[in-house]
Amino acid sequence: MDLAQLVISGLANGSVYGLIALGFVLIYKATEAVNFAQGDFMMLGAFITVWLTNSEYMGIDFWIAVPIAIVIMGVFGYLLDLLVIRRLFGQPQIAVVILTIAIGFILRFLVGAIWKHDPKLLETPFAGQELRLGELVLGFEEVAVIIVTLLLTFALFLFFRQAKLGKAMQAASQNQLAAYYVGIPVKRIQSLVWALAGVVAAVAGVLFASKGAIDPSTGLLGIKAFAAAVIGGFGSLPGALIGGLIIGLIEPFAAYALPSGYSQIAPYAVMLLVLIFRPAGLFSQMQNKKV
Amino acid sequence: MRFVFKRSYNDDLKLFKHRAQMFWYLALLVFVVALPWLIDGFLLGEATNILIWAIAGMGLMVLAGHTGQASLGHAAFMALGCYATVIMLQRGVPFIIAFPLAGLISGIAGVIIALPVLRLHGIYLAIATLAISVLSEDFIIIAAPWTGGVSGLVAPQFDIFGVDINRYGTPILFYFLTLVVTLLVLGAYRNILRAPLGRAFVAVRDSEISAQAMGINITKTKAISFGISCAIVGLAGALLGLFAGAFNNETFNLVLSIQLLLMIVIGGLGSIHGAFFGALVIGFLPQGIALSRDAISNAFGVSALTIPGIESGVFALILIGFILFEPTGIYGRWIKIRTYFELFPFYRKGMFKRQKSYLKTERMK
Repeated sequence: MDLAQLVISGLANGSVYGLIALGFVLIYKATEAVNFAQGDFMMLGAFITVWLTNSEYMGIDFWIAVPIAIVIMGVFGYLLDLLVIRRLFGQPQIAVVILTIAIGFILRFLVGAIWKHDPKLLETPFAGQELRLGELVLGFEEVAVIIVTLLLTFALFLFFRQAKLGKAMQAASQNQLAAYYVGIPVKRIQSLVWALAGVVAAVAGVLFASKGAIDPSTGLLGIKAFAAAVIGGFGSLPGALIGGLIIGLIEPFAAYALPSGYSQIAPYAVMLLVLIFRPAGLFSQMQNKKV
Repeated sequence: MRFVFKRSYNDDLKLFKHRAQMFWYLALLVFVVALPWLIDGFLLGEATNILIWAIAGMGLMVLAGHTGQASLGHAAFMALGCYATVIMLQRGVPFIIAFPLAGLISGIAGVIIALPVLRLHGIYLAIATLAISVLSEDFIIIAAPWTGGVSGLVAPQFDIFGVDINRYGTPILFYFLTLVVTLLVLGAYRNILRAPLGRAFVAVRDSEISAQAMGINITKTKAISFGISCAIVGLAGALLGLFAGAFNNETFNLVLSIQLLLMIVIGGLGSIHGAFFGALVIGFLPQGIALSRDAISNAFGVSALTIPGIESGVFALILIGFILFEPTGIYGRWIKIRTYFELFPFYRKGMFKRQKSYLKTERMK
């Protein structure tokens, strides 16, 4: 019974990692750049929701506040690309990496300056509720996190496979010039992808903040999400989710089985092993470069 | 405008392009040697700090600037160099042996780690090195019997041939120690760049495929570059630890790794000058912020304008400014200004324009 609960809480944590990893993968899939600030996006989304919902701030109803926060984050992502990241169009990948690291620093600083550094908890209508399945007692938040994550991943997967816009996004990353030739507005597509990443980050932030306290340095969780994205194979949406779940499951079991000190290492050790033995990840999307 | 006529192939290998250049570098050398007698103890400490950052910057520049492999994990090797030096000093190994040995250890560790990791490129390499940086903090805690874990280590007293060197007791000697290490590293770096190895680094950076076609063993070159880079960074880490006096697992954290990379980007990737310019920015930033804070509170009467973490915020803003408007860094801007005056009035805006490339992926799904 303990085991089942360990699995569920691991899966719930893993879902949040998976959602952040989804943000990485979205941007990587469509612009071939990596957003090192994705964890900080999530933190920002969570803080905006806390600001809208909690009684000491705005005190808006949770179900109204969450869509507003999601829209705000979407607009934030769009504007960020429009005003800042688009200027790097056509420059090496590593420039975007460094830029997003700097953006992460600034978000952490701004959020800390506005909302202070003490941990905050999101006031949700379902806080503390439990689900009972036979003898199994589950936190409502944990189940909600897992279900929302699965739905969102599936929706995004379908979006990239079926929708015209999703296909255009993939085309824009696979060959920009060719995408231009067939009439895809590559720049606007990129901004839309950043908006989408903002939306996913907002959802991840809401889910994370309803599960536990957040503070401005929560964004560093993004590093674990990296491990998730790498294990899944950068560029694969289901891979990101599965990578996240793997990381989420490894953590509690490593803490259970290994002496303290070694357990924090486990997720990164797994990631390094994957990188060394299967550099393209579990769901490989690479082919050898042809000259 | 100066025209340098090259008469033999060896002219391409000269350390200095012409005599005026040699004169200015010698003048700079005289200045840094005379520095302890020009400024007070506090500023001398700052100067030492900047030199240490510059050594670390040169270390990362070998890898990121000249071989084109971005690493987000170099703080781990700084930690290795630092802990190796101090642990050896504690066991009674003289500094003059322990210090180079620590560099060697970091270098060898770098090569061992590089061999599997360097098969990855671009983003994947950055992420793998990021993981190394995160892991190193945990390893320091695990190896607590050696490293002191969370409570850390205190740098012991050390001497070179019987002369005690201490940051507080003899700041001038510590400055000269750092300066000598800086010059040695600088000399080695400059000579590597003139040698076939350095040319191979640059070739790998500019195009792996063409480098391979020219008969360069890419994996080997990258591994050597990683090793040299880690060795230099290890030396910088050792100096940083001795300079700080006490350190623990959090001294060499991920933020330090990222700061190192950001520093050389601000300074100017791909030139040794860039490491020094970046170190100057890092070194003077806290003072600059403190000064401007005082100026603002004097001007507007707002007292105690202190926001925690403002340094990293300002640093990130500066960085974004550079990435957007001057991707070649401070050194690149300096070259442009110099060329403007050298060619006056024939300078054209597009002279340094970089070619943009359209993106193509290797993913097929």
